Amino acid sequence: MTVVQIKDLTKRFGETTALQGIDLEIEPGEFVSLIGPSGCGKSTLLRIIGDLIEPTSGSSTVNGKPARQARIDRDYGIVFQDAVLYDWRTVAKNIALPLELARWDRRRRAAKVREMVDLVELTGFENHYPWQLSGGMQQRVSIARALSFDPALLLMDEPFGALDEMTRERMNMELLRIWEASGSTVVFVTHSISEAAFLSTRVVVMSPRPGRISGVISIDLPQPRTATTREEPHFFELVTEVREALHLGHDMERTPA
Amino acid sequence: MSAIALERPRARAVAVRRAVARATLFLLVLAGLWGLWEGYRWLWMREHWSWPFLVDDTSMPHLHKIFAALWAHARPGDVGPRLITILVKAAAFTAKEAAVGFALGAVLGFALGVVLAHFRVLQRGFLPWVVASQTVPILVVAPMVVVWLNPKLPTRFQDWGAVAVIAAYLTFFPVTINTIRGLQSADRRALELMRSYAAGNWRILWKLRVPAALPYIFAALKVSATASVVGAIIGELPSSIQDGLGGQIINYSQYYTTQPTGLWATNVIAAALGISFFLVVLIAERIVVRRAPENVA
Repeated sequence: MTVVQIKDLTKRFGETTALQGIDLEIEPGEFVSLIGPSGCGKSTLLRIIGDLIEPTSGSSTVNGKPARQARIDRDYGIVFQDAVLYDWRTVAKNIALPLELARWDRRRRAAKVREMVDLVELTGFENHYPWQLSGGMQQRVSIARALSFDPALLLMDEPFGALDEMTRERMNMELLRIWEASGSTVVFVTHSISEAAFLSTRVVVMSPRPGRISGVISIDLPQPRTATTREEPHFFELVTEVREALHLGHDMERTPA
Repeated sequence: MSAIALERPRARAVAVRRAVARATLFLLVLAGLWGLWEGYRWLWMREHWSWPFLVDDTSMPHLHKIFAALWAHARPGDVGPRLITILVKAAAFTAKEAAVGFALGAVLGFALGVVLAHFRVLQRGFLPWVVASQTVPILVVAPMVVVWLNPKLPTRFQDWGAVAVIAAYLTFFPVTINTIRGLQSADRRALELMRSYAAGNWRILWKLRVPAALPYIFAALKVSATASVVGAIIGELPSSIQDGLGGQIINYSQYYTTQPTGLWATNVIAAALGISFFLVVLIAERIVVRRAPENVA
């Protein structure tokens, strides 16, 4: 079944049209990146999928349910650019937060937290507080928290945007490993072309004013991807293709239709 | 892990060194203040300056005489209890009123803060009156509270119960104001996160807003802790309670011109009571509030 289905979706903030005529379908197990310049509405689109804001018109469903119902059923986990960890909770307790809210009992919670800590490779840091961790480690906690209740869908809003290039590339590898291990579907907002090309099975290119989808590129790089994937000629071809699609979208904006 | 284990003894050494440094600093400041008092006294008396007030043994007795008075017998003739025994007993009585008032004020202040933070309309309507309640001098309110409340109190709470209410009156205001501010300090993203988990208002309050507000609330509790002691002492005056520090202050102010050290000694004990209230809140804060070092006030 289609995980995310968006039909003829429009979002206006007052006079500004943030998104117009968005149609998008995401299948199970896909890794879809939304890429575009600032103001193209990619984060807005992600928030609409998560029912954190409502569209002006059109529809968005997750697992065949209206976005609101999917949110109430906790069908997705979300990761923001900042880790948004609770300062007063340890790593383990941060990961357990959604489980507490879902009223899991203590024993089940502890077992799941252990599993997630293993998954994001933070063993030994369970009792650390967020401010005792590096930015990359904090973001791994945030990912563990988002995946702790096994959501079908993982929404990520520029999760590595605040990290340095080295950490970012390492986190990209980690994310692919976690994605494969967890089998979830990922919608990933970024403004890094190479990150989008490296991670995704599909890149959705967006352009601004009004925000719309200006191109969709399938990334047919073999799985699993490794550090050498970034050095393959085909990777560069795909990066170029995404870049050109971005510029095309930008040019479309300049020439009046 | 081994690195962490190795760091433990070193961390303890650092903690000990820091505690020693803090104690030294405290003693140095104490010595400095002592010197300032005695120096001021000496200079003003030698030059016979009368501005802003005339310095003599009545207005500024030697500090060592104040402390000596604490150890001396309260009545002339080396009989009866020492002054410090009387004052500590009085302080314990006042402490009971202040502690009950503080607890009452903190709980009510917090509850009021939660309600006002959640309903903007109420906040706009009520907050000015909450502020107004604090602009009324406590010396005016205190006798009224005693007169209204005392007849209605059960025997167990007679007299001191009314004083606790006056202490609560001084306690709740900072707690309310800071609770409102603190509850609204929760990170916008953290609120979005709670929404993504489909958490209801009640759970958002307890899992996010209240923990986020704790540093603000504790800042208020520190102010309130000392205010509750002041409130209790002031509350004792119009209720003609003799057992507390208020009664002792009335008593020794009558003898001030002949025996000024008595009133000064009472001041010292009252200050010590206020400080110990403050310290209790400080220790509670250390235990309860877990924050990044740079975010701790």
